[in-house]
Amino acid sequence: MTERWRERLDRVAGLLAKEFRQILRDPRLARVIFIAPVIQLVVFGYAVSTDVWRTRTFVVDHDGTQASRDLVESLTAPGYFRVVGRSDRPADLVRALDHGDAVIGVEIPPGFATALRDGSGAEVQILVDGTNSNTATVAQGYAERIVQSYGLRVAGTAARGGVDLRERAWYNPALASRDYNVPAVVGALILLVCLLLTSLAVVREREVGTLEQLRVSPLTPGELIAGKTVPFAVIGLLDLTLVTTVALAWFGVPFRGSLLVLFAASVLYILSGLGLGLLISTISKTQQEAFMASFLVFMPAILLSGFMFPVSSMPEPFQWLTALNPVRHYIEIVRAVFLKGTGIAALWAQFVALLVTGVGLLWFAAWRFRRAG
Amino acid sequence: MLSRTRLLAVSRKEVLQLRRDTRSLVLAFLLPVLLLVLFGYAITWDVNDVPTAVLDRDRTSRSRELVEAFPASGYFTITERVERPAEIDRLLDRSAVRLVLVIPPGFAADLDAGRPARLQALVDGSDANTATIVLGYTRGIVQSFSVDAVVNGATVRPPVEARSRVWYNEELESKNMIVPGLVAVIMMIIAAMLTSLTIAREWERGTMEQLASTPVHRVEVVLGKLLPYLAIGMIDVGVVSVVGVLLFDVPFRGNAALLAVLSLAFLTGALGLGMFISAVARSQLLATQIAMVATFLPAFLLSGFMFSIDVMPRVLQAITYLVPARYFLVVTRGIFLKGVGVEVLRVQGLLMIAFLVLGLFLATRVFRKEIQ
Repeated sequence: MTERWRERLDRVAGLLAKEFRQILRDPRLARVIFIAPVIQLVVFGYAVSTDVWRTRTFVVDHDGTQASRDLVESLTAPGYFRVVGRSDRPADLVRALDHGDAVIGVEIPPGFATALRDGSGAEVQILVDGTNSNTATVAQGYAERIVQSYGLRVAGTAARGGVDLRERAWYNPALASRDYNVPAVVGALILLVCLLLTSLAVVREREVGTLEQLRVSPLTPGELIAGKTVPFAVIGLLDLTLVTTVALAWFGVPFRGSLLVLFAASVLYILSGLGLGLLISTISKTQQEAFMASFLVFMPAILLSGFMFPVSSMPEPFQWLTALNPVRHYIEIVRAVFLKGTGIAALWAQFVALLVTGVGLLWFAAWRFRRAG
Repeated sequence: MLSRTRLLAVSRKEVLQLRRDTRSLVLAFLLPVLLLVLFGYAITWDVNDVPTAVLDRDRTSRSRELVEAFPASGYFTITERVERPAEIDRLLDRSAVRLVLVIPPGFAADLDAGRPARLQALVDGSDANTATIVLGYTRGIVQSFSVDAVVNGATVRPPVEARSRVWYNEELESKNMIVPGLVAVIMMIIAAMLTSLTIAREWERGTMEQLASTPVHRVEVVLGKLLPYLAIGMIDVGVVSVVGVLLFDVPFRGNAALLAVLSLAFLTGALGLGMFISAVARSQLLATQIAMVATFLPAFLLSGFMFSIDVMPRVLQAITYLVPARYFLVVTRGIFLKGVGVEVLRVQGLLMIAFLVLGLFLATRVFRKEIQ
């Protein structure tokens, strides 16, 4: 028994040594494994932002008083709004919105200062370009709140009754979207690396015909699969370390949890990536097809993961569907570990889900791989 | 001289080749539908039914009234009522709720006496975007409750009232923002996934010499090869637009002909770029990879398709000026949502034509070199 296992181990070790040598010889390796993920992390980290500030604002001030100027000043002071144009003709405001030069229009009617002074109730018109629904929702909220608190401040009634709302954002007090997005980018990149490397490598061997040679060797299919996937798991973990380091050092994303939990989750997650990659390799005839298929798998997996669009806003059938998506579970873990410092006890459901999807995918892929010949 | 017969012959050959490559063809039609369904049905930035927990330590009719106002707004669902502050941590840690409202004892008494009545809102800030929107809704509800409440005890109108109106996407739905943008993204995918193969395939299969030895002009080859992809791309645009408008109720307020003309220009430019990459890379795999990075990714990330360019760092903002999709997005959103015409889209229209010329120029130029 032990003798047989030692033999198996020897064979797999031999195959692994060959695989690593083959991978390391490929000059494209450094590009794919080390440079691309870092560049992608930096670009994604900066581009994927749902913060709203410096919103382009057009001001039409019919009143032209100190009060109206103060109002505009209090809009721009916190940095949420940036005045890109002023005019006294409402038509210019419409033009600016139509051209997309401004996203918010503020129109202060004549008599604003007078109404404010005699307490008869001043009015400000705010026009919002809703095209970018996300920015618009948030910017509209900011504008209304600033206008209201300006009014209360001027009228000196801030403390007179009403509800005093004290708000606190947990885990991310500054509500910076980068802290939320960068850990998720890490998750997406790990999947991409595993998916591409595995599917391309296996299909390349098939294209060149060396897969046939391996098949007639005394390796069992299980051993062959282990030899083909383990190197990429190692590379995946290396990439995780690299990308996490960059996320912490460059973007200054907080890390409140345990590295051990992160690594444990990553190992389970990489199982899914390898399984999917292997699965793609069984349905692709050429490397180029494998690349396209990887893309076709990657896109929906990311879009339905809660990375950019919250799962809780999806219709129920799609929410159930995301339960099968390893990316969703991994991103939940990564975010919780980075931002909340959550331990494994509160994340066991995600761990189980990752384990089940990972083993399931790998098993299914291995079965197909064996049959595909 | 260019001959239509030769040009069409090249097209026919390309169609025959494409027909045999069923997988690419399936991709060309499946991917747009997939993206449309995902963006139209499944994923959205709209925030509804926020799971909310309440810790009401006042237990008066006033505090209940305030709590009731949250589900009544349609944005919140009260999923948990907790008794002790310690439970709040657990709920937020498990992400069971996004918002916790804490009403301290004496809330109603303060309110009725005209003193500021404290209300605490704890929001899970880890999803900064959703949290910002949740806080915005919370403030709105509390504000109107507050005004109502004080009015009962006789008080004034708010000193300044902000009357806001949303244009173009009145309901602020993210699908209205995404679907017009998808038109651009899908075109780039076709350029990246299909066109980038066309010349690399000839090299890989060794048919390049044959093509070079036939008496076809290089412009005929380029245009002939582009035509089938142009047809596929335009069909995709048509499908996305029609399905988006009919099935997903995305408004279409502008001129369909203008959209078609400018789409044609943009698509030609994108395909030309794809062909250029294909001729330079000479390998299908490498061509697809370069094309993804050069055409699709910028269109997806740096065009304002989902993420606002205004908040990117300056370096990245500068790069976005080089992304053609950025300008095409202004065109599609302008025509779909704003209903604007040439008078507004003049600059973008000229840029589309410039992109078309550039794409064709690059494709024909690099092709001549290869044949020599």
